[in-house]
Amino acid sequence: MSILVNKETRVIVQGFTGSQATLHSEQAIEYGTNIVGGITPGKGGQMHLGRPVFDTMDEAKKSVNPNASLIFVPAPFCKDSILEAAESGIELIICITEGVPTLDMLDVKKRVDELGITLIGPNCPGVITPGDAKLGIMPASIHMPGSIGIISRSGTLTYEAVKQTTDLGLGQSSCVGIGGDPIPGSSFIDILKLFQDDPQTEAIVMVGEIGGTAEEDAAEYIRDNVTKPVISYIAGQTAPAGKRMGHAGAIIAGGKGTAADKIKKLKECGVHVADNLVEIGSKVTEVLSK
Amino acid sequence: MNLHEFQGKALFADYGLPVSKGKVIYQAEDALKACRDIGGTKWVVKAQVHAGGRGKSGGVKLVDSPDEAIEFAKSWLGKRLITYQTDSNGQLVNSILVEECTDIEKELYLSAVIDRDSQRVVFIGSSEGGVNIEEVAKNTPEKIIYEPIDPLCGAQGFQARKIAKVLKLDAAQTKQFTPMLKNLTKLFIEKDLSLLEINPLVITSGGNLHCLDAKINIDANAIFRQPEIAEMHDASQEDPREAEAAKNDLSYVSLDGNIGCMVNGAGLAMGTMDTIKYFGGNPANFLDVGGTATQERVSKAFKIILDDPEVKVVLVNIFGGIVRCDLIAEGVIAAIEEVGVEIPVVVRLEGNNADLGSEILSKAGIKIESINNLGDAAKKAVELAK
Repeated sequence: MSILVNKETRVIVQGFTGSQATLHSEQAIEYGTNIVGGITPGKGGQMHLGRPVFDTMDEAKKSVNPNASLIFVPAPFCKDSILEAAESGIELIICITEGVPTLDMLDVKKRVDELGITLIGPNCPGVITPGDAKLGIMPASIHMPGSIGIISRSGTLTYEAVKQTTDLGLGQSSCVGIGGDPIPGSSFIDILKLFQDDPQTEAIVMVGEIGGTAEEDAAEYIRDNVTKPVISYIAGQTAPAGKRMGHAGAIIAGGKGTAADKIKKLKECGVHVADNLVEIGSKVTEVLSK
Repeated sequence: MNLHEFQGKALFADYGLPVSKGKVIYQAEDALKACRDIGGTKWVVKAQVHAGGRGKSGGVKLVDSPDEAIEFAKSWLGKRLITYQTDSNGQLVNSILVEECTDIEKELYLSAVIDRDSQRVVFIGSSEGGVNIEEVAKNTPEKIIYEPIDPLCGAQGFQARKIAKVLKLDAAQTKQFTPMLKNLTKLFIEKDLSLLEINPLVITSGGNLHCLDAKINIDANAIFRQPEIAEMHDASQEDPREAEAAKNDLSYVSLDGNIGCMVNGAGLAMGTMDTIKYFGGNPANFLDVGGTATQERVSKAFKIILDDPEVKVVLVNIFGGIVRCDLIAEGVIAAIEEVGVEIPVVVRLEGNNADLGSEILSKAGIKIESINNLGDAAKKAVELAK
């Protein structure tokens, strides 16, 4: 078992023939991901990486029946692409692209929620179930099939947590990057729910960062609903207030969303907090050996 | 991206919102013409910087004559205004807004932000304006209203009436407020705002609603479809190193420590700063070189980091995901040689081909400490910075 994606997931890549999409689709196929085709308007009928290219999602649905979409299209067109996938009845949409306008996401989020579709991202590394399927831009080599579920708002920070759990021989059930934008398709809570119900997952690592109250909300959810141990790390403990730290999400506004607030709340709710980035792995081992 | 007050007010005027008659000037002597064009016998002169708290720092003045306006402009143009919202260097004043004087009966507060929790544009209103709204929210939360706007339906009349109650507007003012709220929503959506604040929104002695200030932030991700707004960008209001970084698609924020940081990914960059602090050091900056750490980007990043005279050591932390670490190592070496880095550099490479990368670094014959473990690398950097 795992969450969101596995060997059977039938993946369609939107923006398939672009350079980033090509690079990562190639790696995904090599990893064993079941990519059934791609979409690039104007290039329908061609073959790319040995898979058919379609002009529209509608044609792709009829021809290769995908149930998940991986989006690499440029930010100005993401709203259009996400909605195209959503309206077609795709169950899972993963949007890798960064720089999507926030107001576009307000509209998109409302619509995917109405349709009951799971959207991951944008501005995220994607989702991987080690050994099964890789829908994203994460390096395959650091992952290992195992028992830890990982959720994170940041790309390379996720890799850090993944690497540490691999080095300790624990491995991962699935890893989900929810993205660092102010309006993410899925929240920590959405993914915590899935890991709690996944028998393969024995413990959950939640990597958060400053800004917003997603971690605080997740803490309360964990206290009330998650019986598996949760280990957390919050990045940005030294970030000054009011400065935007790269991610659109990572900004402390009005004194809210500081690392100290988040850590306090997480601890109150029974989450095991690693004081330092380099101690995530050892904290997991410590918690599991109790 | 931030706008100046005069730019924000021009947008307000475009959307039919009540703002004072005003002129922006860049030369002190133009204050005379500005005062005459506006008319009247009293004017308000306001230094234009991207920061609040101008009034308390002497950046806003009520003047009785054009001469006084010229004096004010002379005293501020080319100078830096320091307020509680700026750093200790303050912000450069390169323009002054001259406005007609407004007689104020009462000061209110109105703003709109994109709220992460409700995932809506939310209007925030209070009868307590002209003050620190955070304090009001903390001490008297009942005096603040939060009203979310549905993205499909837009702002409705009932919402304006609801906010008007909290603002304690009378019937005539409520009637003025309804189109105001709708137009502000329209402005917010059409111009891709991320924040809009009118503090204060005032009731004039004539009983009318009037926007006395305008603070507007634009979503940086949406600038591509706002060419008119993009032209309003004032680079003089930014930290020069931050602006240079932005030009090169690097994300940089200067801090006050002495350990320069170069990291790929915003989260890992913050995590690296935290690790430095954890081991007793102080980061000089946040710098995200992005997912593809090419030699060109690494060179530019080095230049920006080394432009800060406080930096005693540079810690490079790259998690080679898709990019191979051996290529990054070669890029780092070439960049160090190109830029002529003379201070110690600690490099931590992890991920694809990390071992090969470290080997290349140690054989390069230049002053690089190659350490694969992040904790050890941070400790080393802290030690070297002492």
